[in-house]
Amino acid sequence: MSAYRQPVSTFWWLHQWSYLLFVLRELSSVFVAWFVVYLLLAVSAIADGPAAYQDFVAWSGGGWVLVLNVVALAFVLLHAVTWFALAPKAMVVPHVPPWVVLVGHYLAWAVLSAAVAWLVLR
Amino acid sequence: MARKRTTITMEVTRFRPGEDSEPTLQSYEVPLRKEWAVLDGLNHIKDHLDGTLSYRWSCRMGICGSCGMTVNGKPQLSCATFLVDYAPGPVRVEPLRNFPVIRDLVVDISDFMTKLPKVKPWLIHEGETPEGEFLQTPQEMDEYKKYSMCINCMLCYSACPVYALEPEFLGPAAIALGQRYNLDSRDDGDRRDVLASAEGVWACTFVGECSTACPKGVDPAGAIQRYKLTAAVAALKDFLLPRGARR
Ligand code: SF4
Ligand code: FES
Repeated sequence: MSAYRQPVSTFWWLHQWSYLLFVLRELSSVFVAWFVVYLLLAVSAIADGPAAYQDFVAWSGGGWVLVLNVVALAFVLLHAVTWFALAPKAMVVPHVPPWVVLVGHYLAWAVLSAAVAWLVLR
Repeated sequence: MARKRTTITMEVTRFRPGEDSEPTLQSYEVPLRKEWAVLDGLNHIKDHLDGTLSYRWSCRMGICGSCGMTVNGKPQLSCATFLVDYAPGPVRVEPLRNFPVIRDLVVDISDFMTKLPKVKPWLIHEGETPEGEFLQTPQEMDEYKKYSMCINCMLCYSACPVYALEPEFLGPAAIALGQRYNLDSRDDGDRRDVLASAEGVWACTFVGECSTACPKGVDPAGAIQRYKLTAAVAALKDFLLPRGARR
């Protein structure tokens, strides 16, 4: 039978806001990977002593690294927020309304971030 | 004062297999009535303007699931989508996306029909089956009820970009129907080999459009995310626990 196969447009992801958001979220994994690399660079600079650390800080503060990190932060936030939005759907806890699961995730995030900040800044 | 419009233009996909190399749009002027769904417009065309138009429908009340079409770019049940909502028009009626077009608005859903039995959408019960009715409390029924509302209309497949790009994907409705039985208190079936495969839940990247498109509130996206967690926990148990202690 000569059925017609409907082609998928190259720009299908621009047809709908939700599709674009999905593609951006997929893209965010690249930036998550970058943050891992950046963290490893930071750890290695700290291990190499104060001078190396100062160089690292100076390198981070200037030009493209700063821009890249700001963009990466935006993408990682998008990743986190959409990931948390999924959580109440995946975790169906008996007798617990979905919004509690969602709020729980944000609370855990806040507590962990505060703990890390305390560890680093103390 | 301008006279109220009494007609609306419907731009309908036409495709004759063997004759046309690709679909074209044909415009028809149909009466614009408050109570007319897109399907009523198509029926008007078929009865009064052009008897050669082909499309599927049966119940015209959102139950049979056969009238799915793309209306102004969105997957819809044409019997539950009203012409007045698209006034002054034109309203574009195309076949469901992501399926081969057999003729005009009729698509071939045999891909789904071969995938559906793979999730074993029936009760698998171990041990003795009770005589008479197989009882269940209303609470137990609530666990899976929304997944059982699926009418196989394929709007979710049509809305899913993952299915468009990876046709091997088991897809929203098939997975939701697998979960319909997984969450049934009377079921002891194991559907992990199919559901937790690469073509199963792990192909889904949570676009969420299937749940938006679903006219029956099935929430296939939710079913998939929920099964991801189930599958992940099961895999972890396999890894950590000795054979006997699993389950
Ligand atoms: S899950 Fe919803 S959209 Fe998908 S086939 Fe079933 S009823 Fe239709
Ligand atoms: S005609 Fe049955 S669902 Fe629309």
